[in-house]
Amino acid sequence: MGTGSSSHHHFVLQKAESAFKAAVLIQRWYRRYIARLEMRRRCTWTIFQSIEYSGHQDQVKLHDFFSYLVDHFTPSSQNERNFLSCMFAEERLLKDSEMETYCDYESIEVPDYYTGPHVSFPLLPDHATALVEAFKQKKQLHARYVLNILHEARKYLIQLPNINHISTCYSEEITVCGDLHGQLDDLIFIFYKNGLPSPERSYVFNGDFVDRGKHSIEILMILFAFMLVYPKEFHLNRGNHEDHLVNLRYGFTKEVMHKYKVNGKKILKMLQEVFCWLPLATLIDEKVLIIHGGISDKTDLELLEKLERHKIISTMKYTKKPEKKKAAEESRSISAWFPLKSRSVPSSPLRLSPHKGSRSASIPCTFTPDRKEIFKKVRQSVQLELKEGQQQMDFSEFKDKEPLRFPLESEPNSCDFQGVNQEEWKQVVDILWSDPMPQEGCKANTVRGGGCFFGPNVTEQVLQKYSLQFLIRSHECKQEGYEFCHNRKVLTIFSASNYYEVGSNRGAYVKLGPDLIPHIVQYQANKTTHTLTMRQRISRVEESALKALREKLFAHSSSLLAAFKSYDLDGSNFITLNDWSVAMESVLHLGLPWRVLRPQLVTHTINNMLEYKSWLNDLAKEQVSHENIQSSLLEVLYRNRSNLETIFRIIDSDHSGLISFDEFRQIWKLFSSHMNVDITDESICDMARSIDFNKDGNIDINEFLEAFRLVEQSYLEDKDSELKGSETNESSCSGQGVH
Amino acid sequence: MLLDCSHGLDEWKSTTFFSEAGLLELQKKIKEAFEVFDHEANDTVDVREIGTIIRSLGCCPSEGELHDLIAEVEEEEPTGYIRLEKFLPMMVKVLSERRYRPIPEDLLLQAFEVLDSAKEGFLTKEELVKYMTEEGEPFTEEEMEEMLSAALDPETNTIQYRDYLAMMVIDEN
Repeated sequence: MGTGSSSHHHFVLQKAESAFKAAVLIQRWYRRYIARLEMRRRCTWTIFQSIEYSGHQDQVKLHDFFSYLVDHFTPSSQNERNFLSCMFAEERLLKDSEMETYCDYESIEVPDYYTGPHVSFPLLPDHATALVEAFKQKKQLHARYVLNILHEARKYLIQLPNINHISTCYSEEITVCGDLHGQLDDLIFIFYKNGLPSPERSYVFNGDFVDRGKHSIEILMILFAFMLVYPKEFHLNRGNHEDHLVNLRYGFTKEVMHKYKVNGKKILKMLQEVFCWLPLATLIDEKVLIIHGGISDKTDLELLEKLERHKIISTMKYTKKPEKKKAAEESRSISAWFPLKSRSVPSSPLRLSPHKGSRSASIPCTFTPDRKEIFKKVRQSVQLELKEGQQQMDFSEFKDKEPLRFPLESEPNSCDFQGVNQEEWKQVVDILWSDPMPQEGCKANTVRGGGCFFGPNVTEQVLQKYSLQFLIRSHECKQEGYEFCHNRKVLTIFSASNYYEVGSNRGAYVKLGPDLIPHIVQYQANKTTHTLTMRQRISRVEESALKALREKLFAHSSSLLAAFKSYDLDGSNFITLNDWSVAMESVLHLGLPWRVLRPQLVTHTINNMLEYKSWLNDLAKEQVSHENIQSSLLEVLYRNRSNLETIFRIIDSDHSGLISFDEFRQIWKLFSSHMNVDITDESICDMARSIDFNKDGNIDINEFLEAFRLVEQSYLEDKDSELKGSETNESSCSGQGVH
Repeated sequence: MLLDCSHGLDEWKSTTFFSEAGLLELQKKIKEAFEVFDHEANDTVDVREIGTIIRSLGCCPSEGELHDLIAEVEEEEPTGYIRLEKFLPMMVKVLSERRYRPIPEDLLLQAFEVLDSAKEGFLTKEELVKYMTEEGEPFTEEEMEEMLSAALDPETNTIQYRDYLAMMVIDEN
């Protein structure tokens, strides 16, 4: 045995050892890198969710604002009375005769130069497919056809039961899809990947077709078209966004008015008539219940089957009993003035009969205790709303209790149009708004302001009561597009991919065969994400979340400054990072991991201390500013932007986008007094004047809100064009991204 | 709360002493990271996420070391969940003893060079895959794919590891 071979042996052994060690080192390092990415991804998700939930609280505030008005505000002038009556005006369904007159479409001419799809009845499968193709090519459906389809859809929906019972024996597989929220790309992708609806291919779409995305109307048209063509195989459930009051806030109303400038109002009115007739639930083989939101411990399917679903025009409405005689008197005097504020919707006799639509009044019991709590909180803290325009990020699902109905009469039975009773109303609210929670029990959903959080025991109870196997619901965005909970008895399915931001989440749909075993298919309808590495994807979404977060921080600048100052005991203008973390949470109440996020939010520190004033200044510089508006007002306005917008849109009853100078002042005055914001009348006037850009006494809401949207708009557009660049010549339905 | 002073010199050198406030702050930091993964808001985390949490707090343990750490904090009858009250003191100790420090860049480079037997300045795709999935603490298919997506130069089908490392380092910072 020569030394040569043993040293060679030794050398080989050493080499093998070092290769092993080197490999371990690289693997160790890499796994840490991935872990950090994962942490960032989780934090990003947490940011989006916490901003979303804090947005909900803001909606609750809006509700409280309206309650406050009802309880405390005494109109002192004709103007104010009109204003109030406008805010609290009754909305109701049209009678058939009214519908013929008002929502007539036959008189609408389709011009020769129209290049979009044509639709005729009876609708054929080819028409529906043609619609999909046309929308893929960015065509817009003519208003006449939109209304036509809506009329036919309504006629069909009216004869459906509240709960659709369907069976897997007719078509072998049923595909259930969740929220689409106006994201046409996802719908097109689903049809591409899974196949178009047909007698052999059943679909159930579980609500929330509209709002937020830019193609809500197109999605509706496709869904209704297929529903009319394949009535036995194509089913729709109502979601909480199939509701004109929610649409006012979340973009569908805006989309319709923008795309259909002449006939938009008709379409909006007709939509109300259609939404309220959507079924509430679908039951497969009597075993799988599909509802949009969830259930509660009071869920009663028999009651749900029997109630008159169309009478719930909006799940956000409820009515209140007049507690004092004074209020009742006032209400009567208001009703007398009712017709003075004209509305676009029938300038007909309808408006002169204010006695219609009186409802029996009561506040849903689950909400009462929370209301007091929230009302208190509202008085104490300033809440924040993300900017509205960035539809992809403003996902605040909320239960916005809309203006309280002024009880125009005290006897609920005195009119021919009656709402449902309180119990029935609550049943429907629960179905459309509830969320599952991991803990046992059932408690009010204070995050959304309506419906409840239901625990695994509630699920078990309801499943057993009706001999069901499991529930399918939607309503909540999930990173993987789906999520099982409650011991796999509840499946959340969410079909809007990239919901918060490109790359934020997958979409998914679920297929059920006769064995009722769910098969999930995931996707992400954006090619660009697949060319990015994980780090790039996460970075992009993270950037988005941080931007949203920084906006929120900016909007709280004054409170933050005050909090920081309280930690700066020696007046050095420096605070520790620990104090920074504590201060942030104390002001924002977002429950975010501030210490984990700190490196992303605070980049310059000296000796682990932060010079907070310049940090706040840097935040402000990033945000848009409008020279005409003073900066302190700007901050307050900015913070309340979304609420103000909603109020504006309610006031702007003819959807013209204009409100009068006076109206603006009044709104602002009322709102700011409720919010305990200190603003003089003069400042309001100045502000209103400066916003009245063309000095005609009218304020263009859109222009006003535009001031806050400029930066984000261009940011979004850049993103959009960046992404569209890779999609222009191909449909986004390439087979990529399917798992 | 000072740590036990009877440690050996090396450990002494590598141990960070915390003031009361510093310790409190450290605990808050650990708790925050933990809570990001505490989905049920009940101070527990799925054991499969513990590695992510530990690594995101600045440590760089090997898989073997990670398993040891987990064994320390698991319940006697493993439930699949780790409780904060067990995790916290362990993590404080790990961080104050500065265990599992991140790997300096030059050491990483050396590691790649060791694998680069031909000393050409790059690894072929096959070489990297072989080493990562067969040597050391092997990657899963998913991990391999993910690493390749960023590391592989598609034109040459090689991993130019110097450039790759340089890019990753920028990322981190």
